[in-house]
Amino acid sequence: MFSILQKEFNAFFNSLIAYVVIGVFLVLLGLFVWVLPSSNVLDFGYADLGTFFNIAPFVFLFLVPAITMRTFAEEKKAGTIELLLTRPLSDWQLIMGKYLACVLLALVALVPTLLYYWSVWDLGAPQGNVDSAAVVGSYIGLALLAATFAALGIFASAITRDQVIAFIVAAFGCYLLYAGFDALVSLNVWGRGGYLLAQLGIAFHYSTIAKGLIDSRDVLYFLSIIALALGATRLALATRNW
Amino acid sequence: MAVEVQHLTKRYGPQAAVDDISFSVQRGQILGFLGPNGAGKSTTMKIATGFIPPTSGTVTVEGYDVLTDSMAVRRVVGYLPEHNPLYLDQYVAEYLGFIAGLHGLRGETRTRRVSEMIGLVGLERERHKKIGALSKGYRQRVGLAQALVHDPAVLILDEPTTGLDPNQIVEIRALIKSIGQDKTVIFSTHILQEVRAICDRVVIINRGRLVADASVAELGQRAGSGVTAIAEFEQPLDAARTLRRLPGVTAVEPAAGTAATTFRISAATDSRAAISRLAAEQGWPLVGLRIEENSLEQIFQSLTSEAAPDEEQPEPQTT
Repeated sequence: MFSILQKEFNAFFNSLIAYVVIGVFLVLLGLFVWVLPSSNVLDFGYADLGTFFNIAPFVFLFLVPAITMRTFAEEKKAGTIELLLTRPLSDWQLIMGKYLACVLLALVALVPTLLYYWSVWDLGAPQGNVDSAAVVGSYIGLALLAATFAALGIFASAITRDQVIAFIVAAFGCYLLYAGFDALVSLNVWGRGGYLLAQLGIAFHYSTIAKGLIDSRDVLYFLSIIALALGATRLALATRNW
Repeated sequence: MAVEVQHLTKRYGPQAAVDDISFSVQRGQILGFLGPNGAGKSTTMKIATGFIPPTSGTVTVEGYDVLTDSMAVRRVVGYLPEHNPLYLDQYVAEYLGFIAGLHGLRGETRTRRVSEMIGLVGLERERHKKIGALSKGYRQRVGLAQALVHDPAVLILDEPTTGLDPNQIVEIRALIKSIGQDKTVIFSTHILQEVRAICDRVVIINRGRLVADASVAELGQRAGSGVTAIAEFEQPLDAARTLRRLPGVTAVEPAAGTAATTFRISAATDSRAAISRLAAEQGWPLVGLRIEENSLEQIFQSLTSEAAPDEEQPEPQTT
């Protein structure tokens, strides 16, 4: 598994993928958090990273599928999947190696944003007047979110040999899971069921964690989605049907 | 037995890509796996390497079943897939190191094995190039190197020489032959000279069915007509009658379009020595004498085309 992880991770940094992903992530979020007038922290006047944690999921929404889209689709198209699947390497080792490499890249993109936290901490009046618990919670939430998107993206890549399809399916799936349920709930037909329905979406659980409240139920929710998506990937791979 | 295939069948929907094939390969043998395109060669090899499961039947490699003992099979098999897929943006040494790592080789051993492989297939000067920058012949060597890096007992090569130029083909064949001295090798091809050049045994399949399983020599005899020698003389001669009287000769005919200077002499065994002695006795100016190269091709053609018509009819249920 470590061989696969290393190979995938090196592939990100040997090609432009890693730099583009990290670059776009930082530029986009930097703009929203510090520059754009409607959302920047400086005009807002509160030492708060709310903007960052609200925008970041939407950036991940298309960046994570971009990271994961090639994982299996490219191997299938190039035929190199045959090389991997005839090695003494279980399907799980292969999937986890690729999955962890993608998650790791998403987390690496997050690391520089710790500077934002430091800036806000420094700008606070008095200095350090930030809700640090909420920030830590939000980071954990964001990491879980990226991990979930990556699992969905890996699955999308495993069901097709076309990277574009893998990307679109993954991005759509992530959006549906992140915000789709809330959108559904806003239809006024659910009555009391609406609350239950909202709980199926990622946004519900993400927002809880982002408040600094790390509830095992929310963590469990993310972990189950990840397990489900990776399990489905395993099934898709086992059919050898591409 | 290094590899044993028993009643192997693979169906894709109603179509049988491989239909009840059985054969076995002994340790240290080089087996040529022959058949026209689409005969089921690749499918059989993919099953033998554990990449796809069979519909029915069993394949064992070094005693391990590909279905129940897949990991053990993968450890003892070196596989070069058809079209030789490679990571084009990796460096040669990096790629071989990666594959060696998948086989659990680490640190010192891994570095040493990778260097050995690079030496074995002659890639020293290319080791720091990206695979994408290599010519097809060199890529094929990389493919062979990755199949060999973990020192497998059984080597399965799917069309290792397709798309190479003649020099490269000769090199790769020599490489396979030298590897085959201490390993079991199965390699598929649709080129007959290749089989004659490298193999101990031939298995021919056509449309998913086994049509021949024999040593190269046996297969040559199976043609019935034995060996055909082609004798060419400097000037037209009325030699047919005399040639016909040589021991073992079954037929003599002038070759088409050569105005009676060239004769095709069919005999049970190689008759070249007798022909040249005869020519010397008779004072015939013999300028060329060779064994007809096509005899294996003809066997191959007859074996792989005769099965074709009955395939068109609805086939009997084989379950």
